[in-house]
Amino acid sequence: MKLVEVAHSRAGDKGDIINLSLIPYNEDHYGWLCKEVTADKVKDHLRDIVSGKVIRYELPNIKALNFVCYSSLLGGVTTSLAMDTHGKSLSSALLEMEINNEELYGVS
Amino acid sequence: MLKIGSGAGFSGDRIEPAEELLQQVDLDYLVLECLAERTIALAQKKKSHQADEGYDPLLERRIRRLLPLLLKKGVRLITNMGAANPIAGAEKILEIAEELKLSCKVAAVTGDDVLDQIDRNSKIWEDNSKLSSYDPILSANAYLGVDALLPALESEADIIITGRVADPSLFLAPQVYHFNWSKEDYNKLGQGTINGHLLECAGQVSGGYFADGNKKNVTDMANIGFPYAEIASNGQAIIKKAEKTGGLIDLRTVKEQLLYEVHNPAEYITPDVIADFTSVQIKEIGENQVKVFNGSGREKTDSFKVSLGYHAGFLGEGEISYAGTNAVERAELAGEILKERLSGKIPDLRIDYIGLSSVHRTNFDDSLIPYEVRVRAAGYHHSNLQAALIGEEVESLYLNGPYGGGGARKKVTESIGVVSSLIPRDQVNTKIYYREWENEL
Repeated sequence: MKLVEVAHSRAGDKGDIINLSLIPYNEDHYGWLCKEVTADKVKDHLRDIVSGKVIRYELPNIKALNFVCYSSLLGGVTTSLAMDTHGKSLSSALLEMEINNEELYGVS
Repeated sequence: MLKIGSGAGFSGDRIEPAEELLQQVDLDYLVLECLAERTIALAQKKKSHQADEGYDPLLERRIRRLLPLLLKKGVRLITNMGAANPIAGAEKILEIAEELKLSCKVAAVTGDDVLDQIDRNSKIWEDNSKLSSYDPILSANAYLGVDALLPALESEADIIITGRVADPSLFLAPQVYHFNWSKEDYNKLGQGTINGHLLECAGQVSGGYFADGNKKNVTDMANIGFPYAEIASNGQAIIKKAEKTGGLIDLRTVKEQLLYEVHNPAEYITPDVIADFTSVQIKEIGENQVKVFNGSGREKTDSFKVSLGYHAGFLGEGEISYAGTNAVERAELAGEILKERLSGKIPDLRIDYIGLSSVHRTNFDDSLIPYEVRVRAAGYHHSNLQAALIGEEVESLYLNGPYGGGGARKKVTESIGVVSSLIPRDQVNTKIYYREWENEL
């Protein structure tokens, strides 16, 4: 299953860093997402896009995760040679990630 | 109860949603956030050629449309449309008021321009280098906060026009002024900053940049209503939009915007406070109504962030399309030819295949074969003529490239880069320029 089926996301940029939120449609899936979508897995999934580290922040108060990805815009939003200089579309790259949904059926 | 509307989220944003807000909602303040990172450097260049230029290019159009309604309904306007020249922007607004025969009071906030004060040895945030390595610096603007705006709010100004101000501070300032919040009441400042952060991108919290398939439906997207907040004296806010408009405000749109451009959610640094987004609570309390409360914060840092514009050379770009059987193969052949032709001439030449892998710079599903592909070549050079070579080589593919290339385009753009640094607070002096025009009947 792809992440896009259970969660939504928005990308934001600052310099060469992008942040990708990850928000489950069903708030009960938050704990499961925390377990399945680690910073390492995101770093691996986005390996052709993000060349720096990935840090994950948890927001249990609004049941959302925030992934901060370093060196993601070919040098920074204002001088990037990428088509999508802001990396705005990269939220949809995150949502292409395949996840293991075996446990999900226990919660939903 | 304080009502603050958000009438623009970027310099080119739609104009009529602000008009709808003014017509349908009894606002106290309307905020127009129109200043992108790079805009101010471009505006600075304009100002250097002509002293009465350098404010937002859309200022005249927006003010002409909104000023009569603002004055009639007694709604104060706060905007960063002053860009590199808030005083010239203020004068332009007074000129429009005079032309429309409307009495108007304007205050301009200055002092964000720190090009003369900034230390050449300051550290660049992005790469730890020294500021001097980016010479020649075209512009240096500090992100001002509430303190710079308060004197303007204490004046009688109908319109407050600024240059660079941290986006949420444009919204926090009227909250601090209206409720008389203490500068040490960090939790209220934190919550007020969150309110501002949610509103600053206008339509992005009310259904814009959200629709996707059946799960994320947004009604009447051609007419998205811009948001406003009803704020209580403790900072708690209800995010709403005008009733007869399209769009959507729900937990999902608010969550997406809450985390937009946020790194560590427990440390959202602004000139006014370090806001903490990890305590905030959100609750849907009605159709298109979300309550936001319990945000918190701690003491602000002792410096301002400075945005520095520098000359980054010339961006050369060229594009050409291939369609039908073997489109991908022909596009890839064109890409290889461009790499060979431009090798040694353009450092870091980038070749993208639009339709295949250009937007994500990769492809997570390569099982799909596109019917058409557009080849894009791009690169930087300090020489305008060398950068132009990229487009010229792409165009040459018409006669010398693979079969069936069409729709070639070429472009050279002078590029302004932006990096950031910090400046101690005591080196920034802000002032108010106040002037009114009284219409004689």
